[in-house]
Amino acid sequence: MRICSLADLAPGVALRVDTVSPPIAVFHTEDGEVFAVDDTCTHQDASLTDGWLEGCEVECPLHASRFDLRTGRVDAPPAKRGIRTHAVTITDGDVHVLISAAEPNLPPGVSY
Amino acid sequence: MSTDHAGTAASGLKSVTIVGASLAGHASARALRAQGFDGRITMIGDEVHRPYDRPPLSKEFLTGRATLEDLALEADDEQLDVEWILGTRALSLDCPERLVTLSTGQSVRSDAVMIATGSVARRFDRMIDGVHTLRTVEDAVALRADLVPGARLVVAGSGFIGLEVASAARALGVDVTVLGSSQWPLSRTFGDTVAATVQRLQESRGVRVRNNVIVDAVLGTDRVTGVRLSTGEQIDADVVVLGIGSRPAVGWLGESGLDVRAGVVCDEFGATAAPGILAVGDCAAWFDPIRGRAHRIEHWTDSRDRPSISVARLLSGRTPRQGLRPSYLWSDQCGSRIQFAGRLLGGEELTIEAGGVETGDLLMVYRRGGNPVAAVGFNQTRLMAQWRKSLTVSAASVSPPATVPVAEPLSQPFGA
Ligand SMILES: Cc1cc2nc3c(=O)[nH]c(=O)nc-3n(C[C@H](O)[C@H](O)[C@H](O)COP(=O)(O)OP(=O)(O)OC[C@H]3O[C@@H](n4cnc5c(N)ncnc54)[C@H](O)[C@@H]3O)c2cc1C
Ligand code: FES
Repeated sequence: MRICSLADLAPGVALRVDTVSPPIAVFHTEDGEVFAVDDTCTHQDASLTDGWLEGCEVECPLHASRFDLRTGRVDAPPAKRGIRTHAVTITDGDVHVLISAAEPNLPPGVSY
Repeated sequence: MSTDHAGTAASGLKSVTIVGASLAGHASARALRAQGFDGRITMIGDEVHRPYDRPPLSKEFLTGRATLEDLALEADDEQLDVEWILGTRALSLDCPERLVTLSTGQSVRSDAVMIATGSVARRFDRMIDGVHTLRTVEDAVALRADLVPGARLVVAGSGFIGLEVASAARALGVDVTVLGSSQWPLSRTFGDTVAATVQRLQESRGVRVRNNVIVDAVLGTDRVTGVRLSTGEQIDADVVVLGIGSRPAVGWLGESGLDVRAGVVCDEFGATAAPGILAVGDCAAWFDPIRGRAHRIEHWTDSRDRPSISVARLLSGRTPRQGLRPSYLWSDQCGSRIQFAGRLLGGEELTIEAGGVETGDLLMVYRRGGNPVAAVGFNQTRLMAQWRKSLTVSAASVSPPATVPVAEPLSQPFGA
């Protein structure tokens, strides 16, 4: 799935894609890497696109859980379950995401 | 965990004991492993539970929307290789020997000790049936049993915990009166506009809020029947919650020789004056360069994040470079999400940056000498995230106020 042109996603910036369900968040790190994960925090209903990107880690804007964008692992609680990651490729300057076939780890009470 | 095992090798440390098995204790164990420590970690906690999250105790857990299992702090795939000694109190600490004596009669000796015993709620002398404080999961279960529809609840104290309990109790159909000692709820910390917004929010859900009153005593012989104010006025109640602040859980350190008068006094990295003894979380008063004195912060995020700085210091023996993010806290009340970030010293100028009091989406910024030092938002998650980031930069450029208050103010439960 083509997301956008890499030039339109500045380093340090995140983009929420809600044409897929559940929505995903695409991050361009300061180091120039691009990662895609589910946008909804696994703890409660918060959008990780609004979170705090630092290195390869995003911190949830609500209760500050941290996820490793490379693996989806929880780096800091209160979240207990990792975030689903999606494969990213950059082709001809465009960001493409292959949506994972794994089950998303949606928080309790949230469904899409 | 990290494959970098330099930590253990460089420091020569083989064993670390962590006292207090909650947020800061757990974060300390995580940080030790993440930074390459592969020695023995012993975790001592007087609660019987593995580390759990306290903020939901006055929110989702109190209203029954979350279970104890939901509150666990350990991640599903976590392998910390920790020796847990739970349901056991630490009774004393011998600093030179780094020896912790336990309520079971055993003791644990190690190369370093991290103190993470948190805080305890302030209580009245007479804690008869129906009078509650809220700090543990058992406290929350006991309180919930008393919050039956139609019961009359009086909350003494208009800090965060009191206000959150009020909100949860209203949701459970309880009749609620909040009695606060200041001019507005929370006002000592956040200023009048924010406080008025909070009061409005509470009143919109049917909570009665009375300010400038002091609760002197609880009434009743076996079970509470009400409270008495300093003016002599009596207010009937079936249930009373005391949200009147907390104090550091440092009683067990009385003979240790550590300075524990206002929390465990530490340097900027959590090291006490005793070699190999550090303190983290709510119980610790870290030196704050901007305040120019040791200061205890009772916020969730600080308690979680500071241990990694202490651990870096412990393992390397050097001054860690990593900086702290601005303090951050949230509070859920009456369907509103309140967020605060930054550091308030008093006397800041406040401006409305977005939204408004009436619309329930107020965002205000606190400035000192023109520089933003803190921000507070109501249902403004996205903007608050942006403000938090910008505060990191500006906090470093702020000079301390001309006069620094010397005395530790009465702490508010997770106050700023
Ligand atoms: C009801 C409630 C709601 C809250 N809501 C929020 C919120 O919304 N946002 C926010 O930012 N903060 C909130 N807080 C504050 C936050 O929970 C604390 O800052 C945090 O728990 C501090 O973590 P800690 O590990 O330092 O201490 P604690 O969580 O207090 O843990 C200390 C542990 O040490 C144990 N202990 C104490 N003495 C001994 C001993 N001698 N031997 C062995 N073990 C001992 C205690 O039993 C406890 O398990 C809330 C707190 C409460 C109580
Ligand atoms: S919603 Fe993300 S940490 Fe709670």
